[in-house]
Amino acid sequence: MTNLKLSPTIRQTGPKSFHFSESQILNNAENKVRKTAFDVLNKTTLPDTSVEAWRRTDLKSFPIDSFKIFTTLDEIALPQIPKEILEPMVDDKFGGQIITTPFSTTIALDEDIKNSGVIFTDIKTAETKYPDQLKKILGTLVNPEESIFAALSASLAQTGVFIYVPKNVKVEKPLHSIFWAGGNGLAFISNILVYLEENASLTFVHESASPKESEDQILSSNNIEINLSKGAQLRFVELQSWGKNVWNFSHERSRVEEGANLDWIIGSLGSRLTKNFSDIDLVGVGATGRMSGFYITDNNQHIDHDTQQNHFAGKTTSDLLFKGALLDHSRSVWQGMIYVAPDAQQSDGYQANRNLILSEHARADSIPGLEILADDVRCTHGATVGKLEAEPIFYLKSRGIPQAEAEKLVVEGFFDPIMQRIPFQGVRDRFKEAIINKMTK
Amino acid sequence: MSALEIKNLKVSVEGKEILKGLNLTINQGEVHAIMGPNGTGKSTLAYTLMGHPGYTVTGGEIIFKGKNILDLEADERSRAGIFLAFQYPVSIPGVTVANFLRTAINSRRRAANPEDKGISIPDFRTMLKEKMALLKMDPAFAGRYLNDGFSGGEKKRAEILQMATLKPEIAILDETDSGLDIDALRIVSEGVNALNGPDLGVLVITHYQRLLNYIKPQFVHIMMNGIIVESGGPDLALRLEEMGYDWVREKYEEVA
Repeated sequence: MTNLKLSPTIRQTGPKSFHFSESQILNNAENKVRKTAFDVLNKTTLPDTSVEAWRRTDLKSFPIDSFKIFTTLDEIALPQIPKEILEPMVDDKFGGQIITTPFSTTIALDEDIKNSGVIFTDIKTAETKYPDQLKKILGTLVNPEESIFAALSASLAQTGVFIYVPKNVKVEKPLHSIFWAGGNGLAFISNILVYLEENASLTFVHESASPKESEDQILSSNNIEINLSKGAQLRFVELQSWGKNVWNFSHERSRVEEGANLDWIIGSLGSRLTKNFSDIDLVGVGATGRMSGFYITDNNQHIDHDTQQNHFAGKTTSDLLFKGALLDHSRSVWQGMIYVAPDAQQSDGYQANRNLILSEHARADSIPGLEILADDVRCTHGATVGKLEAEPIFYLKSRGIPQAEAEKLVVEGFFDPIMQRIPFQGVRDRFKEAIINKMTK
Repeated sequence: MSALEIKNLKVSVEGKEILKGLNLTINQGEVHAIMGPNGTGKSTLAYTLMGHPGYTVTGGEIIFKGKNILDLEADERSRAGIFLAFQYPVSIPGVTVANFLRTAINSRRRAANPEDKGISIPDFRTMLKEKMALLKMDPAFAGRYLNDGFSGGEKKRAEILQMATLKPEIAILDETDSGLDIDALRIVSEGVNALNGPDLGVLVITHYQRLLNYIKPQFVHIMMNGIIVESGGPDLALRLEEMGYDWVREKYEEVA
């Protein structure tokens, strides 16, 4: 796996580390996992572009010393959460919903789901009420040494979601959570932790958001850890529609045991800068993982997805498709790696990244990678960066569709294979709307 | 009567003159055929009439319903009532036939009235079903991506379906018979004939006479080297079928 080397040799102007204190660890500073991570945080500095994983995402202008953890003293009035974020699912009613802001958390969960033993709560409550279950997942997958942000989220998460589904429990109705943040200088530090016992199944939709046009500088730092025990099934849809001045860092790692299946959808619409690491570890025979990503960027947005499909066991299958469209001066990076361990025979790995450049000033970097140490495997990958072609546009125009509409139609079509993988009409509509809004400026 | 008048049309592609002063008038209710050997500028004429940006008009006029349309974009020409059935329809992956047709219809409605809310889904479905039945198309076709993985016959049928849906006043069929077997040719032709009437003018562009056994023109024109060299009735097509293009070449060689 990736070992990130820190690079002290290059001199940078400006501060390179956070100034948080151990007393800010949630609940009590005695939490060992968090305390260890805090020690890592203390000795870690901001990565520069000499670190391979950060080569294409320059944090020079990231104002690291301007963020703080808000307390109730800092409480500000947040605008209402837009209706479309509250109800991303048109066809299905959800079985539970958590809404988290820097100042409050509300939790709703259907009685029958609660009675089946499912835990669906915030991190703070989980630490006091469900320490044994929490211990099984917190800090087990994301290594705080991976980056300063991994260490930050591992040590100082103030909020987040914890889901625990007991053996054989199939949660029929989706669970839904929302992060809704605001306030200039806010450090929004969170964890999302999901543990499914054997043969459990769940659909979970999460959205991180803040008012789109707000000038507030916000740091979001999030670690996501997901464990699927033998035979478990998880469909996880995560969407970020952060406001235009949000710096968004996320380390996400899932562990999939024998015969378990993860269907993972990652949608990036907002933020000023996003650096997202998402990894699937297929650790049991016959485990499968599918990752579907989409992004549409505009203005000066910078969205960087770093994905890893690790086949650690035989007969495992991974399938990744990321598609993006870029407008204005925006930039995207996708860097993916399929790793197949020496004894992970008869595994099947696939990865593809397709980009559509809609402006001469936009740029997409697409870097696939394979590292295969077994000999009886099938691994394929593809990466493309293309422009809108003239002939399809002319064809559509010849049917009376104006230029701008024709372009939108082609872009919508480009994303359709990803939309087909999203089980919620509401999420599909949100994304279509984002395409139209961003292309109609 | 809305006529399409092509006057002394000169067109260049990448600096090379292809159309060299072409004249032709098509009225609603008339069926014209243009025949000619390959490379004579037939498709250039079709694309130019539709407003393809790759074709530069260097002289002449295209008058439609009394107005010069040379400055209109392809979408404006379409909404004015001109339709081109492409020789090689372009595939649009990810966009279904139904979604595309609804967008095309709504573009027309919005151009006429910016406040228009678009055609209702039930109305659209009923209309589409009806048109597809006319062309003996499987309703599942509406859910497929436009021209993506279509057979030659399916593509041409989809073109005629679009024509039936958009109800043009002038339709240009560019080599609609190419790549079709006899059955597909018959179905496509029946579709065109069903749409034919006093409100539609048709320009059939074809290399072979066989399409004209199904779509019967009143006027046949022979094109060579970028102009129309001979015009006549249906018998002209039969003469070409019998004698080939050599006699035309001999007669007009010096013109080129």
